[in-house]
Amino acid sequence: MHSNKYTFIYAIGLSMLTAVVLVLTSQQLKPLQEANLALDSKRSVLKSVLVTSEEDEVIETAYDGSVEEMVVDSEGNEVTGVDVADVDLKREIAKEPSERQLPLYVYTEDNGSKAYIVPMRGVGLWGPVWGYLALSDDFNTIKGAFFDHKGETPGLGAEITELIFQEQFQGKKILDSNGDFASVNVLKSTMKSSLDSENRVDAISGGTITSNGVDDMIKNCVAPYLTYFNNLKSN
Amino acid sequence: MAEEVAELKEKKEPLFSKKNLQVLKDPLDDTNPVSVQVLGICSALAVTVQVKPAIIMTLGVLFVSAFSNLIISLLRNGIPGRVRIIVQLIVVATLVTIVDQVLKAFMFDVSKQLAVFVGLIITNCIIMGRLEAFALGQKPWPAFLDGIGNGLGYGLILIAVAFFRELFGAGSVLGFQVIPEWAYEHGYVNNGLMVLPPAALFLIGVYIWIQRSRNQKLINVS
Repeated sequence: MHSNKYTFIYAIGLSMLTAVVLVLTSQQLKPLQEANLALDSKRSVLKSVLVTSEEDEVIETAYDGSVEEMVVDSEGNEVTGVDVADVDLKREIAKEPSERQLPLYVYTEDNGSKAYIVPMRGVGLWGPVWGYLALSDDFNTIKGAFFDHKGETPGLGAEITELIFQEQFQGKKILDSNGDFASVNVLKSTMKSSLDSENRVDAISGGTITSNGVDDMIKNCVAPYLTYFNNLKSN
Repeated sequence: MAEEVAELKEKKEPLFSKKNLQVLKDPLDDTNPVSVQVLGICSALAVTVQVKPAIIMTLGVLFVSAFSNLIISLLRNGIPGRVRIIVQLIVVATLVTIVDQVLKAFMFDVSKQLAVFVGLIITNCIIMGRLEAFALGQKPWPAFLDGIGNGLGYGLILIAVAFFRELFGAGSVLGFQVIPEWAYEHGYVNNGLMVLPPAALFLIGVYIWIQRSRNQKLINVS
């Protein structure tokens, strides 16, 4: 049997040692991890306008060449002096819509037409879900959508990352026939609703809570941009 | 004691002696951590809906069990008995965190796949079970092999279960559609139960049944 003193010293020593090892690993790998995260969000933005590539450099060039970042507010003004990278979406969506800083990505296609990409964040079943919704320059028709999640159930809620779910959004509209905001609703295909087929997509069977999370996320995150979009439209 | 002395006097054992190979191979069948020792069941339910996460989880567990066994075996004479479980836990948690960090830095896609599962490795009872039962009393090399063997034994079950769950639950294997379209047109339906956790229990049960009917050694050992 070891003495108490030995036991204490051993426990403290081992804790310190592993702490140092972990700190060093974390410090060493941090720049790489952050680069990965930045690249991943660029890749996600581009996925929403249907530009995909496995090559990291292709993504970098495409992003730098054709995506413009900006921040707007809910009154439709552009906010200057704020970098999109500094806006923490998680903190913003916790605020009232009128107080949020709204990051926006503008993608210019080769033929000059523009797409407006809204970043979104919400809650799924086990953790956060997020995504990007790209609107064509009529500020109504959806060009594409991209969703991702932290830890939804594989095969069920996690299916929101699959193309088969995301492709449903293409060509859908966020406004109803009267021009009011109706969002794109994620509903069970058999669920009765007064919504036009253009304002709804099929939810994932077995992934109801995640589907509802995506539904709420789109409503919550896209609505504050409408003023800015209307300003652009009337100009 | 007598045995220990004899072992010390023994000429240096070859790396892959019969005994060491046994240590490596036993967990695949005779002492399989999942189907015989019934450990690690909880993660076997959680990560076997699809084959890909099952494979990644296997690799993670394999790495952690091999190296935690090695490290604990190296430290075995210095670890104070009263805090040995905590020491094991620290070693395992440190390794898991390093795996997580390295994956995030170098294999970002894989780390996104693994997200929740990495944390589950810490709580996997196979790893601590092997540390307690084997690494604390054995030399580093056999302990290392034992870790690899148990990681593989665990992975064997995991991948087998995931294969059938994905095949019958989603009609695909590793994401590739296997059940042809015409089968669905003729009324074939994916089995919804397979996607739910209980299906893993049924499949492990069937595996144990088959294994015991084949391997007579396992009968009446309990």
